[in-house]
Amino acid sequence: MTYEVVIGLETHAELATITKLFCGCSTKFGVEPNTQVCPVCLAMPGVLPVMNKKAFEYALKAAIALNCKIDEFTNFDRKSYYYPDLPKNYQISQNYHNMGIDGYMDISVNGTISRIRIHNVHLEEEAGKLIHPEEVGADYSLVDFNRAGVPLLEIVSYPDMRRVDEVESYMQTLRKILLYTEVSDCKMQEGSLRFEASISLRKKGVDRLGNRVEIKNLNSMKSVLKAIEYETMRQRDVLDRGETVDRETRLWDEVNEKSARMRSKEESQDYRYFPEPDLLPVLIDEKWLRAIKDTIPELPLIRRQRFIETFALSDYDASLLIDEKILADFFEECVKILNRPKSFCNWITNDLLREVKDRKLDIYHLKIKPKQLAALVEIIEKGTISSTIAKEVFSEMIQTGKDPKTVVEEKKLVQISDEGLIEEIIIKIISSNPDAIEDYKKGKKNALTFLVGQVMKETKGKANPKIVNEMLMKKVGV
Amino acid sequence: MSLRLFECTAHQIKAKILSKEIRASDFIKIVFDRIKSLEPNIQAFITINEDEAIKKAIEIDKKIESNENVGLLAGLPVAVKDNICTKNLYTTCASKILETFIPPYDAFVVKRLREEDAIIVGKTNLDEFAMGSSTENSGLKITRNPWNLECVPGGSSGGSAAAVAADLSILALGSETGGSVRQPAALCGVVGIKPTYGRVSRYGLVAFGSSLDQVGTVSKDVRDAALLLRVIAGYDLHDSTSANVPVPDYLDRIDSGVDGLRIGIPKEYFTDAFNADVYKALKDALKIYERLGAQVVDISLPHTEYAVAVYYIVANAEASSNLARYDGVRYGYRTSKPNGIIDMYCRTRSEGFGNEVKRRIMLGNYVLSSGYYDAYYLKASKVRNLIKIDFDVAFEKVDCIICPTSPVPAFKIGERANNPLEMYLSDIYTIPANLAGIPGISIPCGFSKEGLPIGMQILGKHFEEKKLLQIAYAFERETDFHVKKPVLKISSM
Ligand SMILES: [Zn+2]
Repeated sequence: MTYEVVIGLETHAELATITKLFCGCSTKFGVEPNTQVCPVCLAMPGVLPVMNKKAFEYALKAAIALNCKIDEFTNFDRKSYYYPDLPKNYQISQNYHNMGIDGYMDISVNGTISRIRIHNVHLEEEAGKLIHPEEVGADYSLVDFNRAGVPLLEIVSYPDMRRVDEVESYMQTLRKILLYTEVSDCKMQEGSLRFEASISLRKKGVDRLGNRVEIKNLNSMKSVLKAIEYETMRQRDVLDRGETVDRETRLWDEVNEKSARMRSKEESQDYRYFPEPDLLPVLIDEKWLRAIKDTIPELPLIRRQRFIETFALSDYDASLLIDEKILADFFEECVKILNRPKSFCNWITNDLLREVKDRKLDIYHLKIKPKQLAALVEIIEKGTISSTIAKEVFSEMIQTGKDPKTVVEEKKLVQISDEGLIEEIIIKIISSNPDAIEDYKKGKKNALTFLVGQVMKETKGKANPKIVNEMLMKKVGV
Repeated sequence: MSLRLFECTAHQIKAKILSKEIRASDFIKIVFDRIKSLEPNIQAFITINEDEAIKKAIEIDKKIESNENVGLLAGLPVAVKDNICTKNLYTTCASKILETFIPPYDAFVVKRLREEDAIIVGKTNLDEFAMGSSTENSGLKITRNPWNLECVPGGSSGGSAAAVAADLSILALGSETGGSVRQPAALCGVVGIKPTYGRVSRYGLVAFGSSLDQVGTVSKDVRDAALLLRVIAGYDLHDSTSANVPVPDYLDRIDSGVDGLRIGIPKEYFTDAFNADVYKALKDALKIYERLGAQVVDISLPHTEYAVAVYYIVANAEASSNLARYDGVRYGYRTSKPNGIIDMYCRTRSEGFGNEVKRRIMLGNYVLSSGYYDAYYLKASKVRNLIKIDFDVAFEKVDCIICPTSPVPAFKIGERANNPLEMYLSDIYTIPANLAGIPGISIPCGFSKEGLPIGMQILGKHFEEKKLLQIAYAFERETDFHVKKPVLKISSM
């Protein structure tokens, strides 16, 4: 039997504010447990929440960037459930009035654009973190409330995806939009971007959706895709046997690449939503909305198109560049200084990304600056250094943040174009490699390449290769 | 008969302290002596703050001796209801679940008291988490009415009202969700204000029904109430629902009188549901107002009959959520040797909360649960709005509304404890003001045949506390109900 897979995603993104949603505590990641807490985020008796305006504006910005309808009136609601990492045992979230509804996001799969609808975007607070002791038989768990109260954006898609490549593109595009709008740092390894998938299968041509299964505990985009593949197979098997799929929530086990039931629909929680009486409703007027709109930059898909058209880049190169906003920004800065888009694109997508990967650098805090890369390209063009040497210079620049000229001077890497000097070296090489000369004369063309290599080696790569080539050919008498 | 010092009002004591007739530290010792001699009978306090109070009094004396500026409440003892957070001082909400809880911060109102050099004498008893109208629901002790130790002091701010009525403190803070300051003030023969919702910051007031809660004042007379309200009122960044409205000097022109004012009498309130003595006291009071030049006008608040039902849905819904945090995880009581997290929650809460609190949590969860939300909570919110509109319409015609605070004077301890519905109905006159968010003041207006105090309340428009105080003061000046004292036998502690 052939089935259509119907997939929706729920995304949680921690917003990049420096303080929490309802108190002044820092949101810094990775500090000592329970050092970024106060009576408010610990839910001491008597405390009250006060809305972080920046977090609200970030959420609004994301809702606008995802083409949502923004109601003039928004409000917050309490979502009740008991869990030790949730200090109040209710989460301040939005249910009756979301930040934005009925939006959409365009995604591109192999050059084809499709539109995924967004059901809603809303703002809520993050929970703390449970720490289970490693010792066997421990009868306690610990809670770290540092994350409790960090602003969290939830983005709920419609079940508009049918294939894993669409899901992958959805996740990547959404991540890019959140990074482009600078509302979240989207660090999946720190949990600031998380996904939950809901999957159902139906026979081809049937309108009604099948029973939906939600998958939680997806720690990376790879897990999301694997879990969807697994779940698709599992449901197909169930349906093929003539059984029905249970509506349930399943937990993904990353190690064994399997999922297991967490709770059935019958066990699902009644969140008892009601309007949060401690916060006032927020009215969003035209002026405010416009001011937020004005802060939204050009979004990735549009930017990619512009790169292709304006800088004559290939689809592939443009996609690589816009992949990380910070790289696309870097690229544009470079082009502004020196109009060599193709050259900068190569440097960024090849050398820079390789160095970042090899040396595990943080692309958000690169030491090299656009004007330095531009200066490097400039001295290559002038012939001050060869493109081979340039790679060595670049490597030094990205590690130290030094100007290319400084690196060239310090390492004495200036290209040798002095013909007299090169001639001396060539004579020396020829006299010490008579065999190669013989070979060459016998017609072995690669003997010349060998000799060029010897000259370059002698000059530690600094000799101008074009001059070396010409002079060698003259010397060996072609 | 000359007053004994502890019988003085805040204004009288303040004058004596500022004129150096008495030192704050000497006066506070008199107050603690009084507490020690009467507290075994009254049981108004959960925590007595003697050491800190004496230290603070000495500081104030030093300031006064060196002619430094002192605060508006310099040297005045204030008792604080034990659901208002005090830094480094137990705040139990009269609940076993918070019996050992010491807040790491001061409530906004407590911070204001300290800034104005008040002396916090102790924390007063209440119905557990302020849920009740008699203070019998306290998980820790039973407070008695100073006018008759067999009777309840009212509630939930019963400890604060009893403390002021028995001269164990000069001033006190209470809190209201549905009449919890005005009703015990009436039953104990003292003055109680429930300010406009948003007039006083709720930061540090342990939440019961967040959209209704408000800190209020308990005092011996109207001028003292004006003084204390001025201190605690005002905008607070930590409470999004507090109002950024300037705080007037409530004492200024408090003697403006009532000539030409129109007083509304809601026909729905004056039924035969209430006690004959209360009825007579009210009628007499209105005669006094008419004599003073006010005009008494009949008005209608047509949705009154729904107020109690609406209140118990809204307040309990909010309470069920507000009390969810008492789970034994971070502070307060935790059951011993729990078997997993669910068992820890269940046993901690079963053992920590009293019956009334449990009843309200269950009711609240029920009205919020899926499938019932629209029929209960949402409907109640709509009716609440109609009740608000009733008042808006009424205040187009009148300057204030006068009615009894409680349908009956203080009742016997235990008399109503087994009938929660009857107990809920005793808040029938106070609840509408909380639902509408308007201010109200209860002042003594007579005594029952049994010698128990009777209170009347004056309700006004949002943020018109000043007018209410003027109207209340006009009556107080003409009468002596507020200066009558209960006869109390001294016993040793
Ligand atoms: Zn905090």
